[in-house]
Amino acid sequence: MEPILEVNKLSMDFGGLRALDAVDLDVKNGEIAALIGPNGAGKTTFFNCITGIYNPSGGDIYIAPPGKKNGNRPERINGIKPNHVTKKGMARTFQNIRLFGSMTVLENVMIGRHCRTRTGVAGAMLRLKSTVREEQDLVDFSYGILERMGLARFVNDLAKNLPYGAQRRLEIARALATEPFLLLLDEPAAGMNPQETRDLVDLIVRIRDDEKVSVMLIEHDMKLVMTLSDRIFVMDYGKKIAQGKPSEIKNDPVVIKAYLGEDVDA
Amino acid sequence: MMRIFSLEEIKKSFFTCLWFGFLTFPIMVVRVNTIEDVVEWRWNNLIIVVFGSFFLSFLWRYMIERKEAGRKKAESGEAEKKPLVRRIMDNPRIYRPLLAAVAIFVLSFPFLFSSYQTNIMTTALIYVMLGLGLNIVIGLAGLLDLGYVAFYAAGAYTYALLNYHFGLGFWTVLPLGAVVGAIMGILLGFPVLRLRGDYLAIVTLGFGEIIRLVMENWNEFSFGPSGIANIPRPGFFGMDLSLTAATNYIYYIMIGMVLITIFFVNRLQNSRIGRAWIALREDEIACQAMGIDKTKTKLTAFSLGATWAGMAGVIFAAKTTFINPASFTFLESAIILCIVVLGGMGSIVGVILGALVLILLPEYLRAFSDYRMVLFGATLVLMMVFRPQGLVSDVRRVYQFKGATEKGE
Ligand SMILES: Nc1ncnc2c1ncn2[C@@H]1O[C@H](COP(=O)(O)OP(=O)(O)OP(=O)(O)O)[C@@H](O)[C@H]1O
Ligand SMILES: [Mg+2]
Repeated sequence: MEPILEVNKLSMDFGGLRALDAVDLDVKNGEIAALIGPNGAGKTTFFNCITGIYNPSGGDIYIAPPGKKNGNRPERINGIKPNHVTKKGMARTFQNIRLFGSMTVLENVMIGRHCRTRTGVAGAMLRLKSTVREEQDLVDFSYGILERMGLARFVNDLAKNLPYGAQRRLEIARALATEPFLLLLDEPAAGMNPQETRDLVDLIVRIRDDEKVSVMLIEHDMKLVMTLSDRIFVMDYGKKIAQGKPSEIKNDPVVIKAYLGEDVDA
Repeated sequence: MMRIFSLEEIKKSFFTCLWFGFLTFPIMVVRVNTIEDVVEWRWNNLIIVVFGSFFLSFLWRYMIERKEAGRKKAESGEAEKKPLVRRIMDNPRIYRPLLAAVAIFVLSFPFLFSSYQTNIMTTALIYVMLGLGLNIVIGLAGLLDLGYVAFYAAGAYTYALLNYHFGLGFWTVLPLGAVVGAIMGILLGFPVLRLRGDYLAIVTLGFGEIIRLVMENWNEFSFGPSGIANIPRPGFFGMDLSLTAATNYIYYIMIGMVLITIFFVNRLQNSRIGRAWIALREDEIACQAMGIDKTKTKLTAFSLGATWAGMAGVIFAAKTTFINPASFTFLESAIILCIVVLGGMGSIVGVILGALVLILLPEYLRAFSDYRMVLFGATLVLMMVFRPQGLVSDVRRVYQFKGATEKGE
């Protein structure tokens, strides 16, 4: 299987703090990968680096979007802007929900299609035929996503008025609207109740199987991680300390120490 | 609601008024009469202050209480009562005749009232246009631009100078004014792209002042503080118009411009670009992560906003026939900002109402003109506390779908 994302020796320094220390990681097409680790391990920082929000201090990030005609030669994306990363096909959600609160649910998803549509200022002011058609397609497409995500009944509600679980799902819907090949989820189950978490597991599996989008997720809910992931990467203090199948990770002494060690110290 | 009259509350108000009376004692009560060398004790002022602040503190807390109650209701899922304006606009049986009445009134305005009144109305309409332009920058894109008047000045000077040197007419310069505004918007937009919030506000404020100071001091270019006079009014197929006719003519031009502005701003608001602006206002990082080019989006907002100011400037120059830098002080920027904030950020109807209220009220309430700035300030503070969303809050477009009409489970 070809990797669609390959990260070599990625490092990130904040002043004296080394938040990422030579992290190697890869995601293969069609897989669900998980990134776990204790609080402050550098998981969110990793996402921020590969999505262009931070410019990493060292290392390389390569992407190779699947299904490209002229073979998929990996492309280095270090230091490009977040909107370009999204346009190239990696979309993400945020650990602390970042929806556009005073826009409707539908509009939030429509925003996700910004980089896949093209109406400019002139088109918008003159409302050309192409604009009207694009707008209609956009609305239909976005509504389609909302239906598949089970959010259709909220379509005209303001995003900030949604229940918490629905807000998390809307963030995923919005990211999917950008038509990514890899979806990056930062703690999607945080704050969800058991029922919502079970729905989320189904949703993520559906995203991989039906939408054909690979997924990489950061999560603290071990049950979710173990049931969902094909491969798990474990980080601690900015370093990758283990990687492997759930069964391997579960019994890895280094991982157990990283998680329990903190409790022992405390 | 009865909680407000509890002993606790009365005690609070009591201390407030005591403290207030004490604070204002030296200025309100004691007066040294230097002619007769005696100290006057104006005790009745103290009584007014004490009772006044007692009453006002009650009123204040009552209003806060009501606001909190309203918020709780909204949180607990109960539908908020729609504001009056919204209810009117949602009901075609009311708003159609209302719109017709407004249209007839607006069109016949110059025939019903004196040219003095028409002139004031034209000024108000210019501010409507400015407000709608600034609304793109502040209301939609959320970029606090305090130097908006610079673009207004640019438009006005474009007309005045092109006319002075090359004899270009109003109708030729109007689109040029728009172009100059747009270019200035981009030029001023570039350096401030990285800034946000307060920093952006300070820098744009500086820009506004710089433009004015340049106009004031660069005598060879802009004729300095003495300004440029004898700017021709808009031509009407080469005919000479009487003063009244010219006033009415500009009034109608302004009506046309406002309609065009509303038309385009409304389209922009519900377009791909408009949504990107709002997304940028809501959350810059998420906005970028969703594939929106922050730089481009900010620049379009800046330059489109400036476009309307440029055109408004051309019309302003043609209307007053005289411009000088004193017309473009920071105060103008502040007034336009107040219009947007008072009216309701992002709402077209709100901005129109805001402009009419803020420009017409002071004209007709001359008695209060000394307190104009105080009232301005007080109004804004009260708005921020009790109705931060402005007179008319922005409502997002609702889309209809087959099979999605039934809501809730
Ligand atoms: N912008 C920043 N500036 C300085 N330090 C930062 C910044 N962002 C993160 N850090 C630091 O980097 C380290 C890793 O943080 P990060 O948010 O990536 O952790 P995490 O693994 O996502 O933790 P959690 O599970 O709590 O979300 C922390 O020590 C954090 O304080
Ligand atoms: Mg994190």
